[in-house]
Amino acid sequence: MNIHEHQAKKILQDFGASIAPGVAITNIEQAKAAIASLPGPVYVVKSQIHAGGRGKGKFKELKSDAKGGVRVSLSSDEALFNAKEMLGKTLVTKQTGPIGKSVNQLYIEAGADIERELYLSILVDRETGRASFVVSTEGGMDIEAVAQKTPELINSVSISPSQGCTDADAGKLADMLNLTNGARQQGIALFKNLYQAFVSKDMSLLEINPLIITKSNNIQVLDAKVSFDDNALFRHPDLMELRDETEEDKKEIEASKYDLAYIALDGEIGCMVNGAGLAMATMDIIKFYGAEPANFLDVGGSATTERVTAAFKIITADPNVKGILVNIFGGIMRCDVIANGVVQAIKDINLNVPLVVRLEGTKVDEGKSIINNSGLNVIAADDLDDAAKKIVKAVKG
Amino acid sequence: MSILINKDTKIIVQGLTGKTGTFHTEQALSYHGTKMVAGTHPKKGGQVWASSDGHKLPLFSTVAEAKEITGASNSVIYVPPAGAAAAIEEAIDAGIELITCITEGVPVLDMVKVKEKLEGSRSRLIGPNCPGLMTPNECKIGIMPPSIFRKGSVGVLSRSGTLTYEAVYQTSMVGLGQSSAVGIGGDPVKGTEFIDVLEMFLADDQTQSIIMIGEIGGSAEEDAAQFLIDEAKKGRSKPVVGFIAGRTSPPGRTMGHAGAVISGGKGGADEKISALEAAGVRVSPSPAKLGVTLVEVLKG
Repeated sequence: MNIHEHQAKKILQDFGASIAPGVAITNIEQAKAAIASLPGPVYVVKSQIHAGGRGKGKFKELKSDAKGGVRVSLSSDEALFNAKEMLGKTLVTKQTGPIGKSVNQLYIEAGADIERELYLSILVDRETGRASFVVSTEGGMDIEAVAQKTPELINSVSISPSQGCTDADAGKLADMLNLTNGARQQGIALFKNLYQAFVSKDMSLLEINPLIITKSNNIQVLDAKVSFDDNALFRHPDLMELRDETEEDKKEIEASKYDLAYIALDGEIGCMVNGAGLAMATMDIIKFYGAEPANFLDVGGSATTERVTAAFKIITADPNVKGILVNIFGGIMRCDVIANGVVQAIKDINLNVPLVVRLEGTKVDEGKSIINNSGLNVIAADDLDDAAKKIVKAVKG
Repeated sequence: MSILINKDTKIIVQGLTGKTGTFHTEQALSYHGTKMVAGTHPKKGGQVWASSDGHKLPLFSTVAEAKEITGASNSVIYVPPAGAAAAIEEAIDAGIELITCITEGVPVLDMVKVKEKLEGSRSRLIGPNCPGLMTPNECKIGIMPPSIFRKGSVGVLSRSGTLTYEAVYQTSMVGLGQSSAVGIGGDPVKGTEFIDVLEMFLADDQTQSIIMIGEIGGSAEEDAAQFLIDEAKKGRSKPVVGFIAGRTSPPGRTMGHAGAVISGGKGGADEKISALEAAGVRVSPSPAKLGVTLVEVLKG
């Protein structure tokens, strides 16, 4: 689960990080009040969307020479002008895709006097199986570009889960970032606090870009991006309140209510599969035979007739779907359960696109006979290859 | 021979009394008499578990006690995500040699702690978020469907459960069968990696060829490719067919498995396929052609 910058900063502040004063707003009246409450004369107006690259992003509705999604404003009038121009518009960044994201919320922040911009993130490193800090003296820019051009300027420190972020770890990070005097003292405390925030809130990513050193040699969190481990949300009911459903695909929200792993894509063949690997492979084989998948959907190992019906409704809610491929290899999942769900769903939703069903594994014979005796117009397939060919042919002719 | 498990392997079930644990333990008992010997439940020690067809197993309060009384070297875990890491740690503390955790949805930072504990122990962990492992006609641990297996010569290993079944089914259909099949699981932090299992398959006489199924995310496939190159230089090699799921997956999205995500421009399918091909692995373009591709490779 992702959250907005202003929410992330609030959490980090609770763990002792220094951030600039700021206010999140959703309308112009709030923007005026926010600007009046900040010291000025410099303000930063920042689009709150769940995607990176905001500063270099472009608003769809504005002229191409208009400023991006993060704007430094040198007076209260300029800040208000920017807020008016940005709010409600669609921001397209490197990470949003061409459709962009609607900016429903802005964060108006006091400007900072920046001496140096640094990069810091904490993530779970799959290689070491540990949480790792990744830091660079080259902050404030696209870190992937830094990694490509000057990999020697990116350093990491991995943290033992039983010992936590020690003085030695924090000192190493301070050295890597060339911190001195006051900033060094503050940095050592900050790194330990950030690690504490990361583990106690079950974050999967904490990224601060940039972390700044001010002209008075203080350290401050200027931007923050936080994602949480979805598997750990059960023990953080407070974090669930930070979820912004307007940032998510409606079909994906509906799917999550039924514990279905669903991701909307832009092809024409809807897929319902058990198992994440097989679901990805099913998408791949559809492409291999010349069509495009409309979605990723893993019904999981414990699907009921109700969940299968819900899955069908979500797939068919996508107007681009011209055909559906059901691909089940029963392990935990029993083919007869899937078959009953498919038959029930077709009756419920009055399906009017071609449907190919491939069943294999646990209770396959029972499953096949349920489909065959249903009297419904379902194309049976023998194996995955056959299934993919048949659905592509049914859709493309 | 086979790897990791055989007809003599004795297994304790952690989470036997739940619905999933009960169902799959019944399946295992009826699969060539897999030696499921006990269950554990903190509050049900001293009670007896009974399957629907009359099998009875003793229940113990702790894994340590169950191990001492039964002499089991293995455990399989079916407990819900919130308690899964604690169950693994209990099995490590009890000195269980091979722990298989089926549970999906274990918080990753719980696994970070487990991983550190494993490093200083004698235990090996398979999973979590995995289908388990099988040695045909001898032993079934986990949730793989037994009907598709056939005793034979192919070692199967995979990050995906259902794609393991595809590989098993297809190698059975072409008549090769399996020595053992191991699902290492779809999480980013897990107990056993590809290279660990590849080492075992290379060392196993019964295993004459290997099917390895990877997916997007991380660099375990690249590590496996480097391992195969290094071992080939020492004169150790077997024919390997590979498949990588997720060629059409969009970057930045987690594809069902917590570990299946292309992030920061890393973990894409194409790099993995190139790395494997450079190591002499024949990568099948279609998940439906694993069996026939392996037959082609073996014909030379």
